Amino acid sequence: MKRYDVIVVGAGPAGLSAAIEAAKRGLKVIVFDENVKPGGQLFKQIHKFFGSKEHKAKIRGFKIGEDLLNEAEAAGVEVVLNAAVVGLYLDKEVVVQLNGEVNHFKGDAIIVATGASENMITFDGWTLPGVIGAGAAQTMMNLHHIRPGKKVLMLGTGNVGLVVSYQLMQSGCEVVALVDAAPRIGGYGVHAAKVARCGVPYYLSHTIIKAHGSDYVTGVTIGQVDANWNIVPGSEKEFEVDTICLAVGLSPMSQLLKMAGCDMAENPAKGGYVPTCNSYGETSIPGLFVAGDVSGIEEASSAMIEGRIAGVAAAHRLGFIDALELEEKSQELERALLSLREGMFSPENKGKEVKKTEEGYLVSSNLLTKGYLTAEEVLTYPGVTQSSGIHPVIECSQNIPCNPCQDACVKKCITIGEKITSLPVVDETASCTGCGMCVAACSGQSIFLVNEDVEDGTTAVTIPYEFLPLPEKGTKGIALDRSGAEICQAEIVEIKNVRAFDRTSLLTMKVPLEMGMKARFFKCVQEV
Amino acid sequence: MRITEHPILGESNKGRLVTFYFDGKPIEGYEAEPIAAALRAAGVMVHRHTQKGNSPRGIFCAIGRCTDCVMVVDGKPNVRTCVTPLTEGMTVQTQDGVSAKQ
Repeated sequence: MKRYDVIVVGAGPAGLSAAIEAAKRGLKVIVFDENVKPGGQLFKQIHKFFGSKEHKAKIRGFKIGEDLLNEAEAAGVEVVLNAAVVGLYLDKEVVVQLNGEVNHFKGDAIIVATGASENMITFDGWTLPGVIGAGAAQTMMNLHHIRPGKKVLMLGTGNVGLVVSYQLMQSGCEVVALVDAAPRIGGYGVHAAKVARCGVPYYLSHTIIKAHGSDYVTGVTIGQVDANWNIVPGSEKEFEVDTICLAVGLSPMSQLLKMAGCDMAENPAKGGYVPTCNSYGETSIPGLFVAGDVSGIEEASSAMIEGRIAGVAAAHRLGFIDALELEEKSQELERALLSLREGMFSPENKGKEVKKTEEGYLVSSNLLTKGYLTAEEVLTYPGVTQSSGIHPVIECSQNIPCNPCQDACVKKCITIGEKITSLPVVDETASCTGCGMCVAACSGQSIFLVNEDVEDGTTAVTIPYEFLPLPEKGTKGIALDRSGAEICQAEIVEIKNVRAFDRTSLLTMKVPLEMGMKARFFKCVQEV
Repeated sequence: MRITEHPILGESNKGRLVTFYFDGKPIEGYEAEPIAAALRAAGVMVHRHTQKGNSPRGIFCAIGRCTDCVMVVDGKPNVRTCVTPLTEGMTVQTQDGVSAKQ
């Protein structure tokens, strides 16, 4: 039986981070992962991450994955792939299925970072080919470059449902609707808004009644649910789709921990059946740690920090570092973790309706039910000013942990402050140069540049754009408002795409003067 | 169904096209991509029929967890096509229950 100081189960963001911290402190570390490639789900994440610099905000997930793999290699972490851990027994014995054989390993400390699996929901026809998980859609399009379908209906409006809907459109699919049985959109308003402005409708308090088709999906019927979750008669709507995507939450994959005999608890705030653990991620079995989604469903950003904490704590448990070093390092990481857990999407606010921001601004019910702010509501937030000349308009109305816009502006037009969940405030007196760095830096794509003082009496609106084909200067098309409704003719007058924008193009379109605070998306006029 | 150019991921470069056999019919796919990806690109939706209800199943989770997408690959049943890399000349058969479709 081979022995290691630390055995990590799972080479995703949490497991790799844990392995790196332990290995950097001199521990002999091995990571087992059942997949062909390391990185867990990070390589499917093509959007820019939230958080602040220390959380790798505004960097796309797959780039964070590449950096993590390089860091692991430099730290001397051994990663074994195609290695499914099938057992975790007394005295930290790990049983691994490798090359068709069962192998036994022993670790002085074990870090379990097995992640989560997607939940599913049943309805008439749910087993038909064409009904897939949202994660499956991401895997197919972002890893294997295959469109999961032509026309897709998304069930679930949490961040996964919203982000994957947007990614489906980026890969060239049509998203016909987002449906959620809850009365409010569950994910970030900024994610909802970037889907809404493309013209995708939301159906809240709705669920799927039936998937149509005999061999595979050819359509779907949805219906409104009442307070007792019964379908309201006459509310049925039918869509012709070839794909139904389910984004109805994740569950911790904690089976190994149960098997090992850890104290477990059903914890709805953590997304399911999880081991009880202390702030270092140490379970009821000394030396057995957990990190990432397996200990409670969160984001990859927090999983990476939890992993680092567990790695450092394992080093202390085995006597490689003293209590002082553990305290110093873990406190620094803990601070970073706590800042991600603040705001209205914090774990303790899960499922609750937050009506006001920490600053006292009203949260838009329109945003929570239709996915966009009304033209009147937009004006009430501190990121929106009506200054003369070019200036940023930040349509950020919820306390979410994110602050890259603040650092992006060299002219200090934008302030968020110490607390990264605060709403961005635009300083009307600071002079915006129109560089566009804030527009590209905003992971929620909620920053626009507006100039209502163009000489010819039009307004220039700059929008972030991550679709193909990219329009050219002079391309004529139609401007869409926040709901995706066509509002006026528009002409592209400038396209900026510099390296610092990281593949977000900035389109500047010319619209009639009065449309400057309404036009938020550009649709090319199709040449058939 | 293949994405040849993506606004964030750029041009798709999947390497070498190889021929494999789906229910005896030659189909092309990229070497080492999951069998399921190659089938989806070729428009194949049904991977198997269940033993009890003879009802169709295809890709569901695409990461090897749910086992909905299993097929008979090179004569071996219950192979998870979403995590099994495609090789040249591979024979892939629709699975009925636990055997190849007759």
